[in-house]
Amino acid sequence: MTRKELGVLLLLVALCAIVAIASPQFLSVTNVQNVARLVGTYGMFSIGVGIVIITGGIDLSVGSICALLGVLLSMMLVEWGWPAAVALAAVIALGGCLGAAHGLLVARLRLQPFIVTLCGLLLYRGAARYIAEDSTKGFGTGHGFEWVRTLASGSVVGVPMPFVLMCVVAGLAWVLLHRSVFGRHLFAIGHNAEAARYSGVNTRAVITWAYILSGILAAFSAIVIAFYTNSISPASHGNFYELYAIAAAVVGGCSLRGGEGSVVGIVMGAALLQVLRNLVNLLDIPGSLDFAVMGAVILMGATADQLFGGRLRRDDG
Amino acid sequence: MSAVSKQFPGVIALDGVDFHVAAGEIVGLVGENGAGKSTLMKILGGIHRADSGTIALEGVPVVMHGPADAARLGIGIIHQEREVIETLDVAGNVFLGREPLWAGPLRLLDRRRMEADTERQLVRIGAQISPRTLVRRLSPAQQQFVAIARALSMNARLLVLDEPTASLGASEAERLFAVLQDLRSSGTAIVYISHRLKEIEALADRAAVLRDGRNAGVLQRAEITRDRLVQLMVGRHVESNRVRPAHAPAGEAGADTAQLRIDRVRTQRYPDVEVSLTLNRGEVLGIAGLIGAGRSELAEAICGVVAPVSGRVLLDGQPLALDSPRDAIRAGICLVPEDRRGRGIIAPMTLRDNMTLPALESYARLGLVQRAAETSAARDTAAALSVKASSIEAPVATLSGGNQQKVVLGKWLALEPRVMIFDEPTQGVDVGAKAEIHRLIRRLADEGAAVVMISSDIEEIVAESDRVAVMHEGRITGILDGSSSTPEAIMQLAIA
Repeated sequence: MTRKELGVLLLLVALCAIVAIASPQFLSVTNVQNVARLVGTYGMFSIGVGIVIITGGIDLSVGSICALLGVLLSMMLVEWGWPAAVALAAVIALGGCLGAAHGLLVARLRLQPFIVTLCGLLLYRGAARYIAEDSTKGFGTGHGFEWVRTLASGSVVGVPMPFVLMCVVAGLAWVLLHRSVFGRHLFAIGHNAEAARYSGVNTRAVITWAYILSGILAAFSAIVIAFYTNSISPASHGNFYELYAIAAAVVGGCSLRGGEGSVVGIVMGAALLQVLRNLVNLLDIPGSLDFAVMGAVILMGATADQLFGGRLRRDDG
Repeated sequence: MSAVSKQFPGVIALDGVDFHVAAGEIVGLVGENGAGKSTLMKILGGIHRADSGTIALEGVPVVMHGPADAARLGIGIIHQEREVIETLDVAGNVFLGREPLWAGPLRLLDRRRMEADTERQLVRIGAQISPRTLVRRLSPAQQQFVAIARALSMNARLLVLDEPTASLGASEAERLFAVLQDLRSSGTAIVYISHRLKEIEALADRAAVLRDGRNAGVLQRAEITRDRLVQLMVGRHVESNRVRPAHAPAGEAGADTAQLRIDRVRTQRYPDVEVSLTLNRGEVLGIAGLIGAGRSELAEAICGVVAPVSGRVLLDGQPLALDSPRDAIRAGICLVPEDRRGRGIIAPMTLRDNMTLPALESYARLGLVQRAAETSAARDTAAALSVKASSIEAPVATLSGGNQQKVVLGKWLALEPRVMIFDEPTQGVDVGAKAEIHRLIRRLADEGAAVVMISSDIEEIVAESDRVAVMHEGRITGILDGSSSTPEAIMQLAIA
C-alpha cells in the first residue's frame, strides 16, 4: 500500500470512528448496509472516471450518462417491452459507445477532455429530458424483470449487491491497472505521453479505451442506480455524480495531472464521501449542508497532504 | 567580463573567459554549439550567476541577482527564441512587466504613454509597425524589432542578440543590419552571436571566439575571415584519438550492405529540400551540423515521429509505412531522442518500468505482465549497461543524466534494433558515462545494426563515426569518410 493510500485509509478509519462514537446508529446493520450499497454504486463509476484521470484526462459526463441510460432502460423495459437481458446489454453497449466517442475526440482530434466531456454532460442531459419528455420514468411493478432489481436491492449473505458488484469491478480494474500491459501504458501516458509514444505505446488506443471503460462503468452504475432510486426524473437524476467521481479519485490519490492513482485509493475515496454524507444524516446536521461538509473535509485532507506529505514528494512539475 | 567561470553539474561551461565590448562597437561572438556563448550571455543577462570572475560596467563592478538587475543596468538581451507574447499588442510587449500606470491605486494602464513611447522606439529603429498591432500578426523580423524596441525603451546601452537572423529572410536580415549599424553609431554597444560567419564578417568590428568554455582568440576587423574563424572555433584537434576498428564492410558488392535507405525525404521544417542517404549494416554514421540544420527532423521522419512531407524510408529494400514510432519500432528502428526528460524517460516511473516499456508485451501472458520475467530482464539490462542506481525500483528521476541516458538506451537493447538512431546521445552526460555510451554505440554497430549518431560535438563525431554526413539548413552538404572527416572539413560544410 502506498503512503497516499495509507493516508486515505487512516482518514477513513478515523472518520468512521468519530461517527460511530457520536452516533451508535452508524454501526447498525441497516445503516452499514445502506452505506455499503451507496459505496458500491458510486464506487463503480468513480473507478471509471479514475482510469480516465490517470491518463491525464477528465470525464465530466458520467452523471448525464446515468440519466440518459436510466431513462432509456426504463423505456426499453416498460414501454417497449424488451427482454431484460437485451435491454441491459444495449445500455452497456451504449455507455461504451459514448465513451468511445469521447475517447476518439480526445485521442484522434486532440480536443481537450474537459471540453469534450463537458459537452457530453450537457448533451446527454438534454437528450434524456427530451426523450422522456421531461417526465419521470420508473419501472412500475417490474413484472418480467424482477431479477434485474436484485442488482440494486438484493444482497449476498447480507452484503448489498451493488457493493458485491463493485468489489468484482474493482478486482478486475485492479488487475487491469496494476498488473496488465494496458495498465502500465495507462500510467506511462499519464506521466509523459510523449515519452510513451516514443517508446512505441499506442497512446491513442490506450486513451480511447480509458474513456470506453469509463462509459461502460457509468452504464453499469446507471442500471444499478435506476433500480435503486426506482424513479428517474431526467432533469435531476445523476446530478453531480461526475463531481463525486472526481472527488473520490482525487481523495483516493489520483493526480489531475495524470500518472498517479490506484483502484484501492479510488474505492476508499468513494467510501469516504459516502461516510461523510452518512455523518451529516446521523449527526442531525442540516441536510442542506452535506455538500459543504464534504467540501470542507476534502479540502482539509488535501491541505494536510500538501503540508505534511509534500516533503516526501518529488517535484514532478 | 573578466575571468568568468561557470560550472554546471558534470560540465564546466565556462573556464576563465574574458570578454569586453566598448560603446559604439559591434562584437561578434562565435563558437561551436556548446562552446559557452549562451552561458556567457546568460551570465551577462543575470539569468545565471558566475561561479567566479567579475563583470564591470563602465569600469564599475556589478553584481546581478536576476534579469531585472541586468535590465536596470542597461543590458538588453534578445534571445534566439523571441520572447514575445503573441496575444499582446506591440506596446504591451514593449512594456511587459513595467507598465506605466495612471490613477495610482486603481492600477490602470497608462495606454497613451505606452503607445507613445513604443512609437518613439519603433521610429528610432525605423520599423513601421503600429504599437497597437497584435504581435501574432507580425513577421519574425518585425517581432525581432519589437524585442529590440523593448530593450531600447529600457535604455539599453548594451544589446546582445543571439542568432537574430535564424528565422529571417535575406531582406529582413538586411533591415536588421541597418538598424544595428545605426544603433552602433549612436553609441550602443552590441554583442552579435551568430553561426553565420558571413554576417560576422560583414558586421563585426571585432570577433571573439569561444571554444570549450575558453577564449580561443579575438580577431580585429581586418583579420575577420571565414577560414580564420573556423580555425579558431575548431582549434587544433588531436587526430590520434581515433580508435576505430578497421572493419571490413559486411558483404562484398553493393546492395547487400545497405540496411536503411532514405529516399528523397522532405521534412516539414525544410519542405523544399530532399534528403537521400544510405546507411550500411555495421556502420556508425555521424550526422554533424549546427542546431537547426534539420538533423533531428530527419531522425524524426525515419522513426515515425513526424511523417515526412514526401519521400520513402526503405529497410532492406522494402519501403516502410511509418505512421508512428510504434511502426518504426516494429520494423526495428529505434530512437534515443535528444530531449531526454521530455521524450526519453518517464521520470517518475521506475527504472524497470522505463526499460521494459517498449517490449512489455514480450514479458506478458494474456496481457498480464509477468513480474518475475520483467524484473529479471530489467536487471540484466541495467547490469549490462552498468546503470548506477540504488535499485531497479528507483524512479528514473533520481538518476544522473548519464545513467538516465543509459536507461533510454536500455529500453531498446532487448528489442535488438536493426537501425539505432542517437540524437545528441552524450549531451549533459559526464565524461565516464560518455565513454560507456560510445562503447555501446560501437557495440551495436559491431553486432550488425546500422547506427546513426547525431551530435553537435564535432570531436565526438570525428572520433566515433565511420562516415560523417554534414547537414546545413536541411540539406546534406557533404559526406566525409576516413581521413577526410576532420573537424575543419566538417565545420566548413556545416556553415553556409
